[in-house]
Amino acid sequence: MEIWVLLSFPLLGGLWLGATGQRAQAPLVNLLFSLATLGAAGFLAVRVLQEGRVSAWDEQFVVDPFNVFLVGLTAFVGMTTAWFSRSYVGNEVQHGRLSASRLRLYHGMYQAFLFTLLVALTTNNLGLLWVAMEAATLTTVLLVSLYRTPASLEAAWKYFILCGVGIAQALFGTILLYFAAEKVLGEGGNALLWTHLAQVKGQLEPTIVSLAFVFLLVGYGTKVGLAPLHNWLPDAHAEGPTPISAVLSGLLLNVALYAILRTKVLVDGALHQPFAGHLMMGFGVFSVAVAALFLMRQKDIKRLFAYSSIEHMGLMTFAFGMGGAVANFAGLLHMTMHSLTKSAIFFAVGHASQKSGTQLMTQIRGLIRTSPTIGWGLLLGALAILGMPPFGVFASEFLILTTAMHEQPWATPILLGALGVAFAAIFGKVQPMVFGPATGQRLPHPPAILPVFLHLTLVLILGLYLPPVLATWYRQAAALLG
Amino acid sequence: MSHWNPAPFAQQLLDLFASLLLLIAFAMLSQRRILTLIHLFAWQGLILTLSIADSAWLTHQPHLYYSAALTLIIKVLILPLLLHRLIRRLDVVWDVETLINIPTTMLVGIGLVVFSFNLALPISHFSSTILRNTLGIALASVLLSFMMMITRRKAVPQVIGFLALENGLFLAATSATYGMPMVVELGVALDVLVGMFIFGIFFFQIRETFDSLDIRHMEKLKEE
Repeated sequence: MEIWVLLSFPLLGGLWLGATGQRAQAPLVNLLFSLATLGAAGFLAVRVLQEGRVSAWDEQFVVDPFNVFLVGLTAFVGMTTAWFSRSYVGNEVQHGRLSASRLRLYHGMYQAFLFTLLVALTTNNLGLLWVAMEAATLTTVLLVSLYRTPASLEAAWKYFILCGVGIAQALFGTILLYFAAEKVLGEGGNALLWTHLAQVKGQLEPTIVSLAFVFLLVGYGTKVGLAPLHNWLPDAHAEGPTPISAVLSGLLLNVALYAILRTKVLVDGALHQPFAGHLMMGFGVFSVAVAALFLMRQKDIKRLFAYSSIEHMGLMTFAFGMGGAVANFAGLLHMTMHSLTKSAIFFAVGHASQKSGTQLMTQIRGLIRTSPTIGWGLLLGALAILGMPPFGVFASEFLILTTAMHEQPWATPILLGALGVAFAAIFGKVQPMVFGPATGQRLPHPPAILPVFLHLTLVLILGLYLPPVLATWYRQAAALLG
Repeated sequence: MSHWNPAPFAQQLLDLFASLLLLIAFAMLSQRRILTLIHLFAWQGLILTLSIADSAWLTHQPHLYYSAALTLIIKVLILPLLLHRLIRRLDVVWDVETLINIPTTMLVGIGLVVFSFNLALPISHFSSTILRNTLGIALASVLLSFMMMITRRKAVPQVIGFLALENGLFLAATSATYGMPMVVELGVALDVLVGMFIFGIFFFQIRETFDSLDIRHMEKLKEE
């Protein structure tokens, strides 16, 4: 029941705003629908906490401690981004960059996107998971090209084609998995249900399952932004509206990684050897290294933080690849911290680039003078994402690195080196943007500062003190990942 | 011999359909005219439909008949019609694309087929279904469509490559298993349809901005 309520809010919101999204109060309606979704997610979380597991529609939808935590995160960031989007969209309309029909598209698709993410997270059917992941691409592709500039069209086309092809590989992987499952579970719908598969994972044919995992990892890995499949990610982040960059980085990448993790559990059960883990560690370390190198060469502020997302997704993929209670715990913690911090950064970046009228970092200067709050938000966000204590990212990165020293010593120097390079690159570029002589003009709409500091405060609090409820929850989720 | 058993015949027919599908994938790889490309795509859909219907009859799986009907409606009727209307409205019906090095492309294509057969070999052993030969072909046509997308420089043929890729995946789904569960198949069909509409919108946006559907204009976003 709670699952239906949760899914119906963004669906209704998408339909409603698809019809009326051009009206003056549409940004507010968008926020209200997202708030309702967050409320429903809260109720669902409470029930899962009490009962351990909630299911609907003959187990086609199942929520357990692992995905409920992501549902909560998705609903929360979805809400704060809608909040930020109110002020962002107001400024864009004032600047004449968005027409009525594009506003309708934007608001309708924003809710539809949240709907697809929540379906992907709550469904127990690996086939439906695929359908929802593809639908998530479809809903965002027209948002990336919202401004209709040549660069944004190119970015959207690249995003569509690369993710389309990638996700087609994932469908092939799903077919292979179904093929392996069908022999054990028999034909029919149940053979794709994750809970059923998890019960018989030891009996699945190892050859087929390992091949299926390769296809699934490449397919969903394209959406996670793992190098060398990351080409679409910086372009899509840089050319689309900034609220979309925030939800792509903060939510979509997580959900794609979630899809990989669900299948990894099955593969580990079938193979009794860390084949999936090794692949993920390889992709993860490679992504961290590649992203660090590209970070130094960026000129566009949104591309800079898009590469930082690749780096952090790589780090998470590496952590989950190592497996084990501590690494999984650290990976889940890092997922949360990265989502909160990165979306906060994009909120600040959105206002900063609106003020300066450009995304080129050399032309954004002296934010701390023209608008201290945006300047501080960007500076603190950058410090948080770079893993400075006492922010939460430090805690999760520290856990990942110490576990790596213990279990995969070969990876530690690469990771540490890459984190160092990333620090130099990002801090070196953010510092003159925040300080330095002032440029930029006043925004017609007051910037939405609260979401930025709400996220950063949460990251700070979680870095200093992890409430026992949350810790137990993470531990349960980590246990589900084996 | 009391009565004629049609099963081996239907089995061979399946192999025939699968190889025809592969043949069309090769034909698409080398086809330069957009209109013919759409026709080839429709034929590929029809053969896929027949192949699914044939396996439905062979395995007595009623839901495969629905799946065949779905393929017929979407892949043979709706998508080619949509593409037809699109290229007419975009005025690119008689567009001819210059493809360089067709022989090399073909040779690489053959290499891909050999690769896919090798990849599918260990899996086909486990197949209890009577359709085991086709898995390699399905994988091969997926990879060939993939290659077609890489070699094309125009937007419409790239999209046709994308749709052909989906055809290969459907062949894989019906050959390795008895088709995916119905709810998944409906979802995939919905995604393909919505995707096609978005592609359509895109074509117009691209042409409006660049005055052509050549994706060479869209290679500006690079790391310098």
